[in-house]
Amino acid sequence: MIRITGLHKSFEGCAVLGGIDASVAEGKIVALLGASGSGKSTLLRCLNGLSTFDAGSLEIAGFSLKPGAQDPRTLHALRAKVGMVFQEFHLFSHLSVLDNVTLAPRIARGAPRAKAEAHARELLAQVGLSERARAMPRELSGGQKQRVAIARALAQGVSVLLLDEPTSALDPELREEVREVLRQVARGSPSAPSAGLTILLVTHEHALARELADEVWTLAAGKITSVLRVP
Amino acid sequence: MRVRAVFCFVLLYFLPAVARADWASVHASGELGWGADLQGGEPYVYESPTQPGVIVGFEVEIAEALARRLGVRAKFHQNDWSNLVPSLERGDFDLALNGLEDTPSRRARLRLSRPYFVYGETLAVRAGSPLHTLADLSGRRIGTLNQTVAQDLLQAQHASVVLYEGQQEPYLDLSRGRLEGVLLDHVIADRYGCDQSGLSCVKQDLARGTYVIGMRLTDVELASRIDAALSQLIDDGELRRILEHWQLWDARQAELRARAPAAPALAVELAKARPALSAAQLGLFFHGALFTILISVCAFGIALPFGVLLAVLRSHGGRVSRFFATAYVELFRGTPVLLQLYVLYYGLSSVIRLGPIEAAILGLGLNYAAYEAEVHRGALAALPRGQAEAASSLGLSRLQVLRHVLLPQSLRIALPALTNDFVALLKDSSLVSVITVVELTKRMTIVAVELRDWAVPGLLCASMYFAMSFPLSRLSLWLERRYQSA
Repeated sequence: MIRITGLHKSFEGCAVLGGIDASVAEGKIVALLGASGSGKSTLLRCLNGLSTFDAGSLEIAGFSLKPGAQDPRTLHALRAKVGMVFQEFHLFSHLSVLDNVTLAPRIARGAPRAKAEAHARELLAQVGLSERARAMPRELSGGQKQRVAIARALAQGVSVLLLDEPTSALDPELREEVREVLRQVARGSPSAPSAGLTILLVTHEHALARELADEVWTLAAGKITSVLRVP
Repeated sequence: MRVRAVFCFVLLYFLPAVARADWASVHASGELGWGADLQGGEPYVYESPTQPGVIVGFEVEIAEALARRLGVRAKFHQNDWSNLVPSLERGDFDLALNGLEDTPSRRARLRLSRPYFVYGETLAVRAGSPLHTLADLSGRRIGTLNQTVAQDLLQAQHASVVLYEGQQEPYLDLSRGRLEGVLLDHVIADRYGCDQSGLSCVKQDLARGTYVIGMRLTDVELASRIDAALSQLIDDGELRRILEHWQLWDARQAELRARAPAAPALAVELAKARPALSAAQLGLFFHGALFTILISVCAFGIALPFGVLLAVLRSHGGRVSRFFATAYVELFRGTPVLLQLYVLYYGLSSVIRLGPIEAAILGLGLNYAAYEAEVHRGALAALPRGQAEAASSLGLSRLQVLRHVLLPQSLRIALPALTNDFVALLKDSSLVSVITVVELTKRMTIVAVELRDWAVPGLLCASMYFAMSFPLSRLSLWLERRYQSA
């Protein structure tokens, strides 16, 4: 679960987040809408420690974050539980699809290669890319890259998934394959390891937001201006 | 096309310029050009320490006295000592007057005057050394200057000869234990070696020789006028006054009056001039090339990892490490590598005693590390920021992000530049000859002097460098294409 209390952040004198109070219950999905520059991405980045904040507090996946720089050990542990998917995928261009997915389990968590690869292959099957395990990122389409990035974010057995506009950088005809994967991850099938995930999805796609989310938050000028419960 | 252009350039460079014509042109211009090297130092020809820009020395006074007797002005030309003879042949000046020894090979190449000075070959050793005679030097590590009679004498004794370009360095290396002895003219030994603490000179001359003035073979009339003028200087005592003024007059100089410029009274048969490149010399070229490769590869082996470390400190380090990395890069890029090699080998020899090869590898490695650091800093900066963010969002530590995500990618970006730098290093490695390492370029200059020809050794040397660097240049191009398309 996620609890955000009085979150403030400013950048070069401009308030980016102007006091956010909100929470997401365990296993729930929240979609975050808002214009560009409304602070959606910044909120997401604060949640996994990529950005610092000035005041307030955050609780996420059982970890507490305080204003200013975080303790590296806390971040290391937190990131095993909180996965992040970026708008621009950020696949490691020198590594194959399989190595992209296994890098963090092997290097950051010390998992044996065989075990990490077996798990990675399950995840790749789940996102429909079993056949491309040996491909290099430059050989993939944008939609395929984003599906790999989702598998990579899930590879450590996370309980929270943060998605930062996962379809925005894609051509319209490639978005559906990513949406389909998101539906699957959100639904959580009995066989899928991602069941019960708490998800925070930043998006511009209103239809997708209403389809997947339990709640839709709208952000404007660094504040949550509306919370809509989806029936 | 390119090959032909290079060939023409080489030809132009090595072809002697049209030589000035003998006495008539000297007389017409009223100017007697004489070449010497200021680096030869006191008492030969050097810049006055009290009046900067004024050239003094006993050879300056001899040149001026000769010019006066010939009714012309003496004009000094600075020229690297080891290239005095080729420059004379090119016509850059009329006389080579700078401790030029009378040897059979010079006699075959130049017109030599009668002697103006008699020197003794003096052996300097560390106190208590058992070395006293030429025969003792067989197999010993002995230093001397390049292209000297002493070099020929030592080679005839099968000593292990270490060649220097300056006269202070061999004595420094002797007192530091890098040499077992130094064999040089008494003029040099008296001033730079014998009085140093811990060193002593063998009293008797190991051989005697004379300094003569070198002129072009075609300058017949000039040579006879110079000889006549020199004879006057000797007969009327002016030469003696000059030598006394410089505290150079001694019993040896009695031999000057012997009219004929006799062959020097050397104890050994000197090597005869060799007309063509021998198989042994060719072997030495390959040996030199091997040293060039060895030094370059080892130096790059230092420069690459150290450069990467500096780049990482500069782009990812804290304030202190960033400051030191930046200071290092600026210091080593901002000063000549030649100076760095001198400081490392001679300047710091009381602190760390490195052999010449070690010093060469370390010196070039430390210098190139500064350049590699800049290449890698650029490559790291060229990576999208998202790479590091994605890696940290997965829980990799800063070190792991560098090791597993950033450096493998930045190395690929840097690869073409690295290959280029290695080619540059391959050629810069010729600078290490200043600290007595005989690599390819140095071997070329030595053989060129032995053969009395620059064209063949020069072309051979150039083609060997080319054979080493051309494949690397192609590799660099290929790598660039490959990773640009990726």
